Amino acid sequence: MKHALSFVAVSATLASTTSAFAQTEIEFWHAFTGRLGDLVAEQVETFNNSQSDYVVTASHKGNYSETLNAGIAAFRAGEQPEILMVFEIGTGTMMAAKGAIVPVYQLMEDAGADFDPDAFIGSVKGYYTTTDGKMLSMPFNSSTPVLWVNRDALEAAGIDPDVDLTTWQKVGDVLSQLKAAGSTCPLTTAWQSWVHIENLSAYHNVPFATQENGFAGLDTELVINGPVQVQHIQAMGDWAKDGKFIYTGRRNEGGANFRAGECALFTESSAGYAGIKSEAQFAFDVRPLPYWDGTEGAPQNTIIGGASLWVMAGHSPEEYEATAAFLNFLSSPEIQAKWHQDTGYLPITKAAGELTREQGFYDANPGTDIAVIQMTTKEPTPNSKGIRLGSFDQIRTIIDEELEGVWAGDKSAQEALDSAAERGNVLLRRFEQANR
Amino acid sequence: MEKRVTFRGIWLPILLVLPQIVITAVFFFYPAGKAIWQSLFIPDPFGLSMQYVGLGNFEYLLTDPYYRGAFATTAIFSGLVTLVSMGCALFLAVLADRLIKGSGTYRTLLIWPYAVAPAVAGVLWLFMFNTRVGVVTWYLGQLGYDWNHVLNPHEAMGLVVIASSWGRVSYNFLFFLAGLQAIPRSVVEAAAIDGARFWTRFRTIVFPLLSPTTFFLLVVNIVYAFFETFGVIHTITSGGPQQATTILVYKVYSDGFVGQDLGSSAAQSVILLILVSILTVIQFRYIERRVHY
Repeated sequence: MKHALSFVAVSATLASTTSAFAQTEIEFWHAFTGRLGDLVAEQVETFNNSQSDYVVTASHKGNYSETLNAGIAAFRAGEQPEILMVFEIGTGTMMAAKGAIVPVYQLMEDAGADFDPDAFIGSVKGYYTTTDGKMLSMPFNSSTPVLWVNRDALEAAGIDPDVDLTTWQKVGDVLSQLKAAGSTCPLTTAWQSWVHIENLSAYHNVPFATQENGFAGLDTELVINGPVQVQHIQAMGDWAKDGKFIYTGRRNEGGANFRAGECALFTESSAGYAGIKSEAQFAFDVRPLPYWDGTEGAPQNTIIGGASLWVMAGHSPEEYEATAAFLNFLSSPEIQAKWHQDTGYLPITKAAGELTREQGFYDANPGTDIAVIQMTTKEPTPNSKGIRLGSFDQIRTIIDEELEGVWAGDKSAQEALDSAAERGNVLLRRFEQANR
Repeated sequence: MEKRVTFRGIWLPILLVLPQIVITAVFFFYPAGKAIWQSLFIPDPFGLSMQYVGLGNFEYLLTDPYYRGAFATTAIFSGLVTLVSMGCALFLAVLADRLIKGSGTYRTLLIWPYAVAPAVAGVLWLFMFNTRVGVVTWYLGQLGYDWNHVLNPHEAMGLVVIASSWGRVSYNFLFFLAGLQAIPRSVVEAAAIDGARFWTRFRTIVFPLLSPTTFFLLVVNIVYAFFETFGVIHTITSGGPQQATTILVYKVYSDGFVGQDLGSSAAQSVILLILVSILTVIQFRYIERRVHY
């Protein structure tokens, strides 16, 4: 009996290897766990079942930083996957590594695939496209910051839950009212550099860095110490001092406090939707990110966060053909619409957005289209296309450190942002030197 | 007359020490040599190109006030971790040594924290001291103290020191207890008969006789605080707030694996290597003289 079983097992293994032999196998390394990981696995399975020429194997390689490092280490060892997921702030690093990647436009051209970069939403495409319009990596998961509102908390403080929160001036008034009513956490935030420096700059149409935020060259310098940024950080610092803005950490620690109902207002990614919807025991709202009234050109559009898929160099034409097919599959309207609705990430193509609207999702889930509207009402400018810097992950850490100085009351906004720009520029010069 | 064992040939002794030499070469000399070599270059992350910069990486680091600040942070952190973990361990070991009943249970319980990985220990402490929902934070709030290690540099340092020392207390406890039990009872009893009280006995007899153990632990704990506390810092503070808990080894990681600046990271490893060598030499030359074997 035991022998019979093992015989079956062996022949099954043999059978599966022979059938796979005729197929082209490619590897896809990503950074998703939990529900997002399951959804990616589902996408891959759908693709593998939809045709018989290619097999995609998806592997989880840790968080965003770890996945990028795994990809780099693998490339150095000659073991790189075909597709590597890289977070948006790793874009500068990947783009500078010309010998290590195959740009997506090139891949599609070589594979003769039917591929239209204009099908993507402008502000999503822009982040991963060169200044002359060539797409380098395939957008995958993109989100943008919005304002989350705990309606019950506003009501408890005697504030109309439909109160106008479109500008920071109005938010400031509401914070004072909340504080006066005894709220312990009127406002908190996730990803402070992303929301309150990077997106603030784009949203007010002021540069984050010279050379079109780094898109036009490696000789870029941070200009985050301009008047718009300083004014905003100073206001936030004053709110922090008065206990109106509560700082909870550099990542999205504040999400726990908002979902628990402690915080009234919360600036966080639109992709926080799934978590907030499943945990919040109160009525909540999604509002557009506030802007400073009186700043010329505001509100422009916000920029994305998230990741894109990079194709790595050193594989065979057949493998690239498989890669092209898989990437095209991922950006198809049905797959994208489902992804958008399941996760709260943006629909990265216009068709996926329209499909979602037709399916009635926005009517059933009010507020889920705020992020899309916020990103698409205006054509992106060089200041709001995105940010492309080397060592960006570390520059964010520097900004985090300097902002903590402001929240703690140790530094003025001007001092902190001057110092952040100066320290960040040192890293930018190192990166320029390493990639000369 | 000294008794010596001599080998007749040369091959057997070489064979016997070979495993040790091979392990040292593979896991120490090769990586250390590679780090020294890499510290002279600025490479790109993917290894596609390299530029020779001589001592440029060292100059870049040593002119950076934040890097120099990390030396002071490391000194404070290592000093505190060593002091706290050895102090607590010695106190517990002295108490456990005097136990008559149930000493086995106490010892077993005290050894447990050593089995917890540093990163996990970090998460546990972080939970208890979470600024908004931590149980310790809540009790401190009841006492009127507002704990906020995400913004207060001293509290952040205190938290990473406690979290790093906690698991280490077990390790030190084991050695101190063994050391205490090796002290001949007759010596201590003789002192007791002469009228020496506990504290006098401890100061004049026990502690000096324990000095070989203390010295060993001092070296081992400083090396631990320098190199192995990375996981705790990474999970609890990521080096913040501002740069209050950025110790040298954390900076090696963040420059190398977050910033992909391998040249700077390699140069920092070399600086650490030199620093620890100097520390160890100092310990053996000056402190070991005061050790009674």
